[in-house]
Amino acid sequence: MRARFMLSLALLGAALPAAAVEYGKVLPDKSQLTFTSRQMGVPVNGRFARFTTQVSFDPARPEAGKAVLEVDLASIDAGSTEADEEVAGKNWFQTKAFPTARFVSASVKALGGGRYEVRGPLTLKGHTQEVAAPFTFKTDGATGVLDGGFTLKRLDFGIGQGAWGDTDTVANEIQVNFHVVVAPGPTTPTK
Amino acid sequence: MIREPALNSSSSSYTCVAIALHWLVALLIFFAWPMGVYMHDLPLSPQKLQYYAWHKWAGVTVFLLALLRLAWRAGHPAPALPEAMPRWQRQAATGLHHLLYLLILVIPLSGWLMSSAKGFQTVWFGVVPLPDLVGKDKELGHLLEEVHEALNFTLLGIVAIHVAAAIKHHLVDRDDILARMLPFLRRTPS
Repeated sequence: MRARFMLSLALLGAALPAAAVEYGKVLPDKSQLTFTSRQMGVPVNGRFARFTTQVSFDPARPEAGKAVLEVDLASIDAGSTEADEEVAGKNWFQTKAFPTARFVSASVKALGGGRYEVRGPLTLKGHTQEVAAPFTFKTDGATGVLDGGFTLKRLDFGIGQGAWGDTDTVANEIQVNFHVVVAPGPTTPTK
Repeated sequence: MIREPALNSSSSSYTCVAIALHWLVALLIFFAWPMGVYMHDLPLSPQKLQYYAWHKWAGVTVFLLALLRLAWRAGHPAPALPEAMPRWQRQAATGLHHLLYLLILVIPLSGWLMSSAKGFQTVWFGVVPLPDLVGKDKELGHLLEEVHEALNFTLLGIVAIHVAAAIKHHLVDRDDILARMLPFLRRTPS
């Protein structure tokens, strides 16, 4: 009887999706936060070198997933030195007054086919707007890799004002992409 | 040395296509050259990005028109030079024209490569993306900038000689050299 019970448990376990593993230890050196703007129709790539992420994701229970992202805006690489200097100014990020951008997930849902979507408020330069970012989750050896992104409308956050408000020169839409590598384990804030 | 009588060959004009292509390239260079000098020192602004884009679009267009000119020229040789021209002048004219063709091909190429090395793709008229033949590389970008600049000042010098020679032919030698590129200057109907 006991043996049969154990067997059914084992069968039940096999029938469930891969044994639940919670991924919570972000590997900052392997993670990236990049973006692409369009200037006169030319895609220009940039990235943020410093950001902290707290992620907790279990592909068996995506809806329980959580993410907090804090970006050190001064760590921007906007493609050229003169662009880095320009975007720190008040028409852009006004980095001195608003040094960080913050995203806190409110919900995560499965979209099917290994795809998920995280939603939540993004606060940038004193403006808060809800963003939704589809992402994929894949395992790579022992680690999990979350790849996703969303389109940020810069003017919604007062990014690139004044003469830069002309979206024919610099498009309003900025594609923001994240690549977060997490190891199994409880969530730990990382820098 | 016996020569065939050059039946009006010295006064015959370039073809309409060759004339149109020549002046189109000239106009684009007169636009892009000073723009390049001016935009370089501007502080970053939307205008600066526009000027850079226009400069690059003009450069790509010059390159394509230069290819078109070479293709056209292959089937339509230039009219012969006046018989009276001394040999050294003919040689100088041929050499400088070859150099001009070379520069209007190489200068846009150096600009395109510089742009890629500096991390900015060239997108012709904001629509047609050109591949980046080199990756982002600060040192290479700086080197190509020097090359682009040096080639452009070489072009400036040669164009100055080109223009001075054309005017000298028209006003001093009073031949048809300038008129065959500017048919309305023709003194006698040919």
